[in-house]
Amino acid sequence: MGTGRLYAAVAAGGFRRYATYRVATAAGVFTNTVFGFILAYTYLALWHEKPHLGGYDQAQALTYVWVGQAMFAVMVLGSAGFEEELIERIRTGDIAVDLYRPVDLQLWWLAADMGRALFQLLGRGVVPMVCGAFFFDLALPSGPLPWLACLVAVALGALVSFAIRYIVALWAFWLLDGAGAMQITWLTGVFFSGMLLPLNVFPGALGDLARLLPWSALLQAPADVLLGEADPWGTYAFQLAWAAVLLAVGRLIQSAATRKVVVQGG
Amino acid sequence: MADLDELAAEHADGRGGARVRETAGENPFGEYGVAGRVRDGLRAYRMIAAMWIRSTMAYRASFAMTTFGNFAATSFDFVAILLMFSQVDELGGFTLPEIALLYGTSGIAFGLADLMIGSMDRLGRRVRDGTLDTLLVRPVPVLAQVAADKFALRRLGRITQGLFVLGYALTTLDIAWTPAKVLMIPLMVCSGGMIFAAVFVGGAAFQFVAQDASEVQNAFTYGGATLLQYPPALFAKDLVRGVTFVLPLAFVNWVPGMYVLGRPYPLDLPTWLAFAPPLVGVACCALAGVAWRAGLRSYRSTGS
Repeated sequence: MGTGRLYAAVAAGGFRRYATYRVATAAGVFTNTVFGFILAYTYLALWHEKPHLGGYDQAQALTYVWVGQAMFAVMVLGSAGFEEELIERIRTGDIAVDLYRPVDLQLWWLAADMGRALFQLLGRGVVPMVCGAFFFDLALPSGPLPWLACLVAVALGALVSFAIRYIVALWAFWLLDGAGAMQITWLTGVFFSGMLLPLNVFPGALGDLARLLPWSALLQAPADVLLGEADPWGTYAFQLAWAAVLLAVGRLIQSAATRKVVVQGG
Repeated sequence: MADLDELAAEHADGRGGARVRETAGENPFGEYGVAGRVRDGLRAYRMIAAMWIRSTMAYRASFAMTTFGNFAATSFDFVAILLMFSQVDELGGFTLPEIALLYGTSGIAFGLADLMIGSMDRLGRRVRDGTLDTLLVRPVPVLAQVAADKFALRRLGRITQGLFVLGYALTTLDIAWTPAKVLMIPLMVCSGGMIFAAVFVGGAAFQFVAQDASEVQNAFTYGGATLLQYPPALFAKDLVRGVTFVLPLAFVNWVPGMYVLGRPYPLDLPTWLAFAPPLVGVACCALAGVAWRAGLRSYRSTGS
């Protein structure tokens, strides 16, 4: 089996694994839609008070809400993804078995997580977006090109999301208990991804800072590409740069961690 | 948010085994009427909760961190509101202190329910993996066991955060206080807690059927709490009607809150309804209890 085919199979496994839970997916779609409605109404009030806030008109702001709900599960902005399992394997020592396998640990989890992200995009992304478009006036592009451009930004965003969570999970080699680190990452992620409010509404220097951090690649970047507010190529370059840096850091930590592994007998 | 809470709890206190001996051993509960069962249920709840608190306190640093995390996580909603008000002076005709009053009361009411029975959303998992069977054979009401399961004192973080915001609201708001308005604040927080608790139990009852749908429960619990942070004037009339007459979340803080703020309620409801929350709370709990019993009776074990 070629390496490429191996990782494709792992990704397909990640996809299938999440596709199994149909009721859970439907329940997630329901929750995303409910939150989408609540947020949409608060944004309507906000943009009614101050039209063109952050450079968005009202339809763009509403579109941002529903892109956010669509990205919620894809970018793992709400709950835990693979990292929970990886931390558990590190804690119990099962990781030793993984390290013994003739595959690259980081690429293995990356492939599985990409499969998951693809499923979440189809399973939990499309329906809330359609629902939002049905009930609200959204600023959706008419041609296929902005959609394709947005999809590329989503894929790169998922890559950055993985790279961040992989680093967080590896801390379990030192901390053993990954809960604290995960909670901090989750908080930072929700805040700086633009899940609470679009980053262009953040005032002054806070907004500038938020735009430079990797989390803006997860939601703000794909949303702005879809809304035609950002140049796709510049956005891709930003996302790729963060993905490269974070994946490299993850790899460094991984090699330091695996040198540290002590396999307990029994 | 819920997932991380649970995860933190699992790591902080992963010793569920102790519970079995503690509750089952010394309580020869018999069948003797509703009052007796309620008393036994409360007693069992207290003991299980105390056990979880003891086990959490074995790792004090972890407890302090997760409580602070809970506090910080729940603060984010309010940070978002503050960011909004850095751009505007009013939202739906309401000022920041007025919204803070709604936010604080919603936060505390939800926090109380979350502290007391926030673990109810784990029921679906228990149905799936068959661990619910263990609870059924113990001579303790199942509801008490599920409600106290993984009792998490760190959820005080959410209540504390709500108290801070409510404190800010009460000190900055310009209200002509009357005894009725003063009394209304603790009244709405307690009744609101009951209403949210009923939503938790009702959602758990639904999971007997749906098993895999704890997210639906989140939509009503966390979603409801988020909805109530904003004034009703923001939302579509049908949505407001729905959460007033169908799922009466509006009685947590919207209706009594408008009374305190001296504003008319959007659906032109009579003012005296502001005093209805305790009744609504009791009614919701009774209905949730019925739903729970029906759910429990329909339970078929997975056999694993």
